[in-house]
Amino acid sequence: MAGRLLARGMIAGVFAACLAFLFARVFGEPQVDLSIAFESARDAAAGMATEPEIVSRTVQASFGLLTAAVMYGAAYGGIFAIVFALAYGRVGRISPRALALLLAGAGFLTFVLIPDLKYPPNPPAVGQAGTIGLRTATYFEMIVLSLCVMALSLLVGRRLTQHFGLWNGALCGVGLFVALTALVQSGLPDINEVPADFPAVVLWRFREAAIGMQVVLWGALGLIFGPLATTALARGTTGRRQVG
Amino acid sequence: MSYGLSTSLPASSVAPEAIPLRALLPWAVFGLVLAVVLLYFVGAEQGATSLVSGHAVHEFVHDGRHLLGFPCH
Repeated sequence: MAGRLLARGMIAGVFAACLAFLFARVFGEPQVDLSIAFESARDAAAGMATEPEIVSRTVQASFGLLTAAVMYGAAYGGIFAIVFALAYGRVGRISPRALALLLAGAGFLTFVLIPDLKYPPNPPAVGQAGTIGLRTATYFEMIVLSLCVMALSLLVGRRLTQHFGLWNGALCGVGLFVALTALVQSGLPDINEVPADFPAVVLWRFREAAIGMQVVLWGALGLIFGPLATTALARGTTGRRQVG
Repeated sequence: MSYGLSTSLPASSVAPEAIPLRALLPWAVFGLVLAVVLLYFVGAEQGATSLVSGHAVHEFVHDGRHLLGFPCH
């Protein structure tokens, strides 16, 4: 059963990634192109030679972007399916479809929105080559800490609902989540490497597109996985009628 | 098959049966390792660290790396 769910999660992730790719292609790529134009103009003004093109822009913006999105979608689709398999049957009477959508929302919050509030996505031309080690380490630390904060808040919130009722317990859980997120984010180093003359509109539009791409990916993942999981679970309990 | 408007979350007609942790664990480990490998190649290879020499992997997933929010360059 767990293996079947894992496979379906990864398949759902791949389909969701294809939709996210289309979104990124339409809304993200124009901003990437503008950023690269800014970078080239800056390098030319500084008298630097242009970087040799190993992979053409056309390939980067099509097959490269699609490949990256599909690998990312398959990876998070797999993680999503594991969490679903763990949660299903342990969080009360909730249908697979509804659980999938709720978990997709939680996944977006945990893996994307909270980390991005601290370390937002940056277009080309933003970021110094010398700090890539620090930036990569802090970014992944932020994701791990975000996951810990979410898990802790859910566990504590769930215990509190048993003592103080659903409303008060859930509010305490949300409060704990906000407080811990603020604590973790203030503890990690600030990184700002946006060039002073970088166009603000391009930066804003790029980040909108990057986060929008993730909304599409996680939303589609939850919606596609729900029906797939319903049939997988129904097949697992043969002879019993399962309504998704 | 339709749901009444009175229910905000459609509930199962039968109580959902949890998957035993013992059955879940091997698949969870397998899935997590696979996910970490995939995310490593999309997000970090030939950036902060490098297993394959050159810049081909980085350059190929370049746009995806930026738009998916990973640090790049």
